[in-house]
Amino acid sequence: MRAPFSDLPLVLTEATIAAGPVTILDKVSLMFDAGPPTLLVGPNGSGKTTLLRAAMGLLPLTSGRISWGGRDNASPARRAIVFQRPVMLRRSAAANIGYALAATDTPHAQRIDELLALVGLAGMGNRPARRLSGGEQQRLALARALARDPAILFLDEPTASLDPASTKAIEDIVRDVAARGVKVVMSTHDLGQARRLGGDVALLHRGRLIEHAPAEEFFAQPRTKEARDFIAGELLV
Amino acid sequence: MTGEMSALQLVLTGDPALYAVVRLSLLVSLSAVLCAALIGIPLGALLALTRFPGREGVIVVLNALMGLPPVVAGLAIYLLLSRSGPLGTLGLLFTPGAMVIAQTLLVTPIIAALTRQTVEDLWLEYRDELAALGVGPLGRVATLVWDARFSLVTVLLAGFGRAAAEVGAIIVVGGNIEGFTRTMTTAIALETSKGDLPLAIGLGLVLIAIVVVINALAWGARRAGERYVG
Amino acid sequence: MFNRRTLIAALALGLAAVVPATAQDKSIIVSSTTSTQDSGLFGHILPLFKAKTGIEVKVISQGTGQALDTGRRGDADAVFVHAKAQEEKFVADGFGVKRNPVMYNDFVLIGPKSDPAGIKGGQDIARALTTIKNKKAAFISRGDRSGTHSAELNLWKAAGVDIEKEKGDWYKAIGQGMGAALNTAGSSNAYVLSDRATWISFKNKSNLAIVVEGDKRLFNQYGVILVNPAKHASVKKDLGQQFIDWLISPEGQKAIASYKINGEQLFYPNATDTGA
Repeated sequence: MRAPFSDLPLVLTEATIAAGPVTILDKVSLMFDAGPPTLLVGPNGSGKTTLLRAAMGLLPLTSGRISWGGRDNASPARRAIVFQRPVMLRRSAAANIGYALAATDTPHAQRIDELLALVGLAGMGNRPARRLSGGEQQRLALARALARDPAILFLDEPTASLDPASTKAIEDIVRDVAARGVKVVMSTHDLGQARRLGGDVALLHRGRLIEHAPAEEFFAQPRTKEARDFIAGELLV
Repeated sequence: MTGEMSALQLVLTGDPALYAVVRLSLLVSLSAVLCAALIGIPLGALLALTRFPGREGVIVVLNALMGLPPVVAGLAIYLLLSRSGPLGTLGLLFTPGAMVIAQTLLVTPIIAALTRQTVEDLWLEYRDELAALGVGPLGRVATLVWDARFSLVTVLLAGFGRAAAEVGAIIVVGGNIEGFTRTMTTAIALETSKGDLPLAIGLGLVLIAIVVVINALAWGARRAGERYVG
Repeated sequence: MFNRRTLIAALALGLAAVVPATAQDKSIIVSSTTSTQDSGLFGHILPLFKAKTGIEVKVISQGTGQALDTGRRGDADAVFVHAKAQEEKFVADGFGVKRNPVMYNDFVLIGPKSDPAGIKGGQDIARALTTIKNKKAAFISRGDRSGTHSAELNLWKAAGVDIEKEKGDWYKAIGQGMGAALNTAGSSNAYVLSDRATWISFKNKSNLAIVVEGDKRLFNQYGVILVNPAKHASVKKDLGQQFIDWLISPEGQKAIASYKINGEQLFYPNATDTGA
């Protein structure tokens, strides 16, 4: 692999992010290490997106600490993120991947084709990225993130606005990527998805980490009232 | 161009003097737009992406300079290039080169100010994505300028419109020398002063037609590009 | 739209616009008046000069005052203007080498055919101007330090009118060239002083006509001066002197005399009249 070090484990210690009087992330302590995907769940506004951005290194903490592979200020070269609404560059699908490759490595036609195939966009490299459907754009964004050869990949509600077929396509890719040894940290509001994909599940509520457990345990024996309410569909805010 | 002929006759008969004037007009204005683009686009993009004390002031001044009176720009360049001025030894006064310089001065603020606005809007959209891709400052400028390229065509057209239409700057630094620094606009000014209003109006219509054609070409290129790239 | 090749091509194009300008050597710049340019005189005589010498004369047409300023700054090689007093000062101040009389024509007082001041047909310019002032008839002044403007000021003086004090709403100084002054007079029913050459060649006469002509005080002398190379090393003194020598030579004088519009001669050569 390219980079001589890994970003794992990623450790958050009492990570807090406040915007003025509002605390968005409240003393969250959490560790992401190699293994099956971690699913972040919680109602809207619970802090999932903020947690992902902070873990990516895009948002500075107000207090607390975050470290990647034991370093506080690791270069983000081995991390990648797909935003909930990824922005496609105004170029072809292939050029979008080539752009991400250029930021790390030499762009390579063969690598571009591999990545397109990986996300099921083989043969669509010449299509303008902005003319792709929502699901295709989401997959292209995944390919672009994977071009960075990440040790850890953050996905922010990647299927939020997709139809069932596109959702399944994304889930298949996520499984495939995880099987290749990439740590996936993904937020979702879809409990079924969390069940299907989750190695472990972390429930956030009002910026705090309520519960973090292996997926089976989380759904079978939730320990907190919030988790029970959430699974029952009654934890709304 | 003799005053005995109408502008239409000049066009139809392919009057060489008329074509020389049209050619020089296009050469001067397009060169000025090119020079202004080479300065103004990077300048505008940098201004869009950087934050420093006094930035707001710079933006206000730049926006205000979009309205710089041509004759003032012309006079400034005149004093600079005059034999008695600091750059007099270049011998550029009363040449097409001086006209290009003066129009560059006029067009650069337009291109820089509009580029800043365009790139800043795009930057809001791209900021997170580029940060996540670990793109450095220069890479950001390049990416944003490239991805804004179709909007920037319109910016360049605004600059070209200004250059092609103005007479105040080029008549001062070019001298309206027949066959050498006479352009469409200075020829129109001259015919007006000779009282040949029909010829002046005719030349004006020719100028408008040329500007319309150039805008149509650029617009077509923009639409074709957008259709292809999305 | 923006690929590198078109960029380089466009750059080269831009440079091409600049370079030949500096490489062009056998040419001189003459700053002259709007009357010589707008009347078409240069269009008639310069091709003859170029055919003989190969020298290209680039003419900047300005008002006399501005044309002399251009020479003063060293931005022209010769000045060809019509205001004797200003020309003599230019030489006396060391900016010009020598003033050479070249040709003359005359000024004419132009006015609306309806002649609101009732001065048409007279020969006495001083009396005509006094009448205009007394009747507050509209009058357009160049107001641009040109030769025609200084001639107009001299004529007011000759009429005993202190125009700075006496001028009112009826007197409008427009600060523009002869053509613009005639256009303005035509559209506002006003009187205006013009050189005859510009008037004859002017195309937008509308309701205007000559109202006063033939007064000897309306005489209009043109002179040419080489800009002093001692002041400005950039002056092309040999080529400039060649132009001047040709203008005052029998051949140049004949060329000037032969310029006619509708059979009417516009300028009368008088280089041999050393007092002119």
